[in-house]
Amino acid sequence: MADPMRIRAAEAGGVTTVRVLMSHPMESGLRKDAAGNTIPAQYITDVVATHNGKPVLQATWSGAVSQNPFLSFKFKGAAKGDKVVVKWTDNKGESRTDEAAVS
Amino acid sequence: MHISSTRRTVLKSTGAMATLLSLGIVTAEQAHAAGRAGFDAKTLDEALKALGGTPATNAQVTIVSPDIAENGAVVPVGAVSKLPNTTEIYLLVEKNPTPLAAGFVIPAGTEPDVQTRLKMGQSTNVLAVVKADGKLYSASKETKVTLGGCGG
Amino acid sequence: MKKNLRVLAVLAAIAAVQSAHAQDAAAEGIAKYREMLQDGNPAELFEMKGEELWKQKRGPKNVSLEKCDLGKGPGVVKGAFVELPRFFADTGRVQDLESRLMTCMETLQGIDVKKEVNTRNFGKGETANIVALSTWIGAQSMGMRFNLSQSHQAERDMYEVGKRLFFMRGGPHDFACATCHGEDGKRIRLQDLPNLTKNPGDGVGFAAWPAYRVSNGQMWSMQHRLNDCYRQQRFPEPKFASDVTIALGVYMGVNAKGAESIVPSIKR
Repeated sequence: MADPMRIRAAEAGGVTTVRVLMSHPMESGLRKDAAGNTIPAQYITDVVATHNGKPVLQATWSGAVSQNPFLSFKFKGAAKGDKVVVKWTDNKGESRTDEAAVS
Repeated sequence: MHISSTRRTVLKSTGAMATLLSLGIVTAEQAHAAGRAGFDAKTLDEALKALGGTPATNAQVTIVSPDIAENGAVVPVGAVSKLPNTTEIYLLVEKNPTPLAAGFVIPAGTEPDVQTRLKMGQSTNVLAVVKADGKLYSASKETKVTLGGCGG
Repeated sequence: MKKNLRVLAVLAAIAAVQSAHAQDAAAEGIAKYREMLQDGNPAELFEMKGEELWKQKRGPKNVSLEKCDLGKGPGVVKGAFVELPRFFADTGRVQDLESRLMTCMETLQGIDVKKEVNTRNFGKGETANIVALSTWIGAQSMGMRFNLSQSHQAERDMYEVGKRLFFMRGGPHDFACATCHGEDGKRIRLQDLPNLTKNPGDGVGFAAWPAYRVSNGQMWSMQHRLNDCYRQQRFPEPKFASDVTIALGVYMGVNAKGAESIVPSIKR
């Protein structure tokens, strides 16, 4: 099971700012190890964030996104206490879903 | 094993796009198209073509990235669009082996303002390309990448 | 002839100002880059792991670390980081955070730390767990100021040992810690080197580790940082939590008295 994400969602003036830290090696598939062998690609390809079941962001990523990725975005219409759910899926089919309450 | 091209196409749209598809937010065509279009492009021009053509530079689009990055492995990059009806945002790193780094679908109610961190192999132009009212607009900025050295 | 020299002098002065200006612009650019990284430090992921490990029942004894004494009493975590290393009566020696965690893991949980925790295993297994724990424990003292005790003789002795080690030159390059960290204003490429013979300022040097290094996506505690310093000097690397590393910690920590901790920080 992949390591948990750190999700922070803070509402101010009707806008909720969501900041997510994901634990993932984000291996692009372009690097070689000390022996000269290519390290296989393993990176998050899709991210979906939802609020009350409605998508508030969808992202498609390449291996050029940094290791332990950071993502920040803003949306309207959430109230304090609402849940924001984030799910990532990687090119190997692994995924992780976490949620946080809007503060 | 031989996979038909239709099956490959369908497979491409698994994941997040499938969710949006099932929720009726995007059409099957959009799901397929937006799936991984452009991510394999090896030059900036090819990537832009895959996104839909050459975008028009527009001052309402801002690319946020540092002038100098101490390390190319983690460079904070963000894009903000003040254009109404911005539905998609793309981040491109010109000198990367595959310039298209990330794409974001902005549903109604979400601000066209996203930030993430990207890898850059060398000093390069960083671009934000947005789709607003079906047309493409962009902003670009140079980020110098240094190699820090031994300390820190 | 004199006129030419004067012209050359003026040109040289202009060039110097321009290069200094370019240098300042670069330094400013880097400072801005570091600032942009503050929000959303991946160290938080290690912090989460550390908190979990503190509270989780583990080891042959199936006990959590919640009764571990980090110097301020069993289970007291807030403020502990900025008082380490310090003398511990139960082990009869001065210990830093990592070695103290090893003591607790061994005595409370029954984990074979001598076998599991070493410099070959940075980033893996129990060694990685110690780093995660250090990150969380450090975070609980974020913003507090270093205040190491020198009231016990052993603490004073370790300070003196640390000082000797700091200035001891050796290895194929004849380096000492002091070669890089013994004076103000030194720099390696783009990294400013803090002067560790005194308080180098808030959030610098001893006050900045554990830190997340973006260049390799690794979380480094002070043990790893010291190990790498020795490696860079082409010295034989010290054992994990050896007395040498603890003595250096005492020297740096006491010198940093009053400096604000920004742990866990983010580094290139």
